Amino acid sequence: MQIYLPIAEVSVNAFLLLGLGGLVGVLSGMFGVGGGFLMTPLLFFIGIPPAVAVATEANQIVASSFSGVLAHLRRKTVDLRMGTVLLVGGLVGAALGVLLFNYLKSLGQVDLLVRLCYVVFLGVIGGLMFFESLNAIRRSKRSGGAPAPKRRQRNWIHALPFKMRFRTSGLYISVIPPLLVGVAVGVLAAIMGVGGGFIMVPAMIYLLGMPTKVVVGTSLFQIIFVTAFTTLLHATTNYTVDMVLAVLLLVGGVVGAQVGAQLGTRLRAEQLRILLALMVLAVCFKLALDLLIQPTELYAIGTSGGH
Amino acid sequence: MRILAALLSLCLAGAALAEEVVLGLSRDQVSITTSFDGSDLLIFGAVKRETPIPEGDPLQVVVTVAGPSEPAIVYRKARIAGVWANAASVEIDAAPSFYAVATSAPWTEVLSDTDDLRHQVSIPRAIRSVGAPMDVEDAPSFTEALIRIRTNEGLYQLLEGAVEVSEQTLFKTALQMPANLTEGAYDVRIFLTRSGTVVTQHTTTIDVRKVGLERWLYTLSRQQPLVYGLLSLAIAIFAGWGASAAFRMLRQG
Repeated sequence: MQIYLPIAEVSVNAFLLLGLGGLVGVLSGMFGVGGGFLMTPLLFFIGIPPAVAVATEANQIVASSFSGVLAHLRRKTVDLRMGTVLLVGGLVGAALGVLLFNYLKSLGQVDLLVRLCYVVFLGVIGGLMFFESLNAIRRSKRSGGAPAPKRRQRNWIHALPFKMRFRTSGLYISVIPPLLVGVAVGVLAAIMGVGGGFIMVPAMIYLLGMPTKVVVGTSLFQIIFVTAFTTLLHATTNYTVDMVLAVLLLVGGVVGAQVGAQLGTRLRAEQLRILLALMVLAVCFKLALDLLIQPTELYAIGTSGGH
Repeated sequence: MRILAALLSLCLAGAALAEEVVLGLSRDQVSITTSFDGSDLLIFGAVKRETPIPEGDPLQVVVTVAGPSEPAIVYRKARIAGVWANAASVEIDAAPSFYAVATSAPWTEVLSDTDDLRHQVSIPRAIRSVGAPMDVEDAPSFTEALIRIRTNEGLYQLLEGAVEVSEQTLFKTALQMPANLTEGAYDVRIFLTRSGTVVTQHTTTIDVRKVGLERWLYTLSRQQPLVYGLLSLAIAIFAGWGASAAFRMLRQG
């Protein structure tokens, strides 16, 4: 069934969109990832204009993160204070990101920027995930015991000024590192249409030293507000949020996420993680090929920048 | 009504001309709905004349349908640091978003270059490009690229011999409009030619517009972007919460 998307102004198959939403939803439920970093490039491949894909995906992430945050709030695994600091940085970053996005759009380079960002990030994340899970499998084969957890170290981060106490995380650190992490994630959200959890979670654990149990809830808390803000910025400056597209994706996505969460508890995580890593690398490879191989059509049409 | 009015005005003005077009359209409005998947347009008509058919070359018919003209930028990619990126660009002043030309015979037999220039019938002539920036070489190739890309997307169509003419009096042609149409008034022009010279022409318009939900969403997103953005967020939050609540109930019940 073909459906005409009013903002993207293309006609696509509704079941394809529902299926994509469902597939990425299953993956995100299974691995606890946002799925934005897979969905946005998949939307490029089916012919959605990148600007629309990025803005609409930001909207969809709000939907997929909302139920997650509710669950974490009930379990009290959200550090609201840390979340707010990250959020302040995130809002600044999102505003900067949209400014950069619109500037490059006027130059006709926004597609390149989005694709380059994806190649770099998918390549790094996919590669790390692949080797990490290979090692995990090798370790679990060699011995049953988990490696001893590393002690938190005192490093340069503890020497920075403007210290603040984060009771839920049990931390007393400067607000500068969380602010900067927030800014970086906000920029990524605006440019790539991702939640940024894949950057924020490692940064919170390794850089800020937050306890693992509050990391996911806190990052979801920040992501919701930052992606909501990004959606509004894109909607008001670029008019690129496609509600019909978003609804189709999120219907597939929220159902898929629930199914994935159920599946994830029953299946072996390491092997699955290798599959996810391979998928991420495949998407990265396809995007990189498009950039590196001489395209058959050297010319492209853009609409005139002036409104 | 419109056709009737056109007919009436034709009859009144027609006295001076030997041959006149009487036109019919399968539809004078194209509605872009949620399930819009392109549209077929049937254009048919007759040549009305008071005098016998003139001797010499047979009558030929050219039909053009043009969407609203908009400025466009054409980018050309070049390899920059190993990556193919948009390097040069040329701004085209006005290019129709959709343009189809159907003729009753091969192009050279239908219309002379002079009349093509005068009436801007062929696809390259329908595109207006005043001047390219000085630093871009071979600017014409950008216009060619625009035509090539839009032709591949089915937005520009040159259909030689697609108009059927019988007895130099009746003519008909069918055009396919793709799914990715732009809204606006589409100009339909019919030219009657003999030996490459335009004998008479007739114009009318077709309205292409989004209707229903499509119209409402599009208008809201442009006129009340903040409300539109908030509405998309509200839907997203409701759907996210609703789905998890529904699944929780399923598991418990």
